[in-house]
Amino acid sequence: MAELSPALETARLILRGRPAELDAAEVALGFALPREACRSAGVSGRHALWLGPDEWLLLAPAAVADALTAMLEAATAQAPHALVDVSQRQIGLTLSGSDVEETLAAGCPLDLDLKAFPVGMCTRTVLAKAEIVLWRTDEATFHIEVWRSFSAYVRGILEVAGATVS
Amino acid sequence: MLLIACPYCGPRPELEFSHGGEAHIARPEAPADVGADDWGAYLYLRANARGLHAERWRHTHGCARFFNALRDTTTDKFLATYECGQPRPHLGEPS
Repeated sequence: MAELSPALETARLILRGRPAELDAAEVALGFALPREACRSAGVSGRHALWLGPDEWLLLAPAAVADALTAMLEAATAQAPHALVDVSQRQIGLTLSGSDVEETLAAGCPLDLDLKAFPVGMCTRTVLAKAEIVLWRTDEATFHIEVWRSFSAYVRGILEVAGATVS
Repeated sequence: MLLIACPYCGPRPELEFSHGGEAHIARPEAPADVGADDWGAYLYLRANARGLHAERWRHTHGCARFFNALRDTTTDKFLATYECGQPRPHLGEPS
């Protein structure tokens, strides 16, 4: 049975810009932004999730949010870009358990098999009528980012699908 | 479910996409110099093709990018998808 729990409080930033001009941002982040579609990268609690060819969702521990934002702003000052703090726009949920794929499949049309959706893959998609960001953090665990006003709906859908909600 | 091949993300379910109308319609560069008839045609006249049709799609609930697709309107089969700005491919039609 899959368990749904709130994820740790997280800082969220949306970074948009031409990949070729974001080298400085990568130096500030400490790792390379994923350039391959639907892949994530990260070190020590900081992660970058590919959302589009010029769009990444950056996740970091809440405590370093201001410092990271300032560092990124300073590093990318010369490059055309957009860096928007969306920490309060959405919430994170963790869904884990042996039947996590079946639980998500109740509302998500993607192929969630490990071969088609490997660990580290992330994408925006739909869960029933809500838009979510789905990120596989290990074989039996998915991280879900959902806009705050949809979170009750998403919890409800996953509960109906058989998840234990805590 | 119908799978649509996003040029950025690969084959994805149609639920993630939204349709954006006919593709390759260029906005007149100097709208002030365009007559009412031509402007009306730019705004409203569409091919409404029966068969192959080049159209814009957006991977709304995915990478959120617009792209173009060549679709057969009678069979709903997608013959090709390609990034915006690329010329329309010619497939299976008399040139």
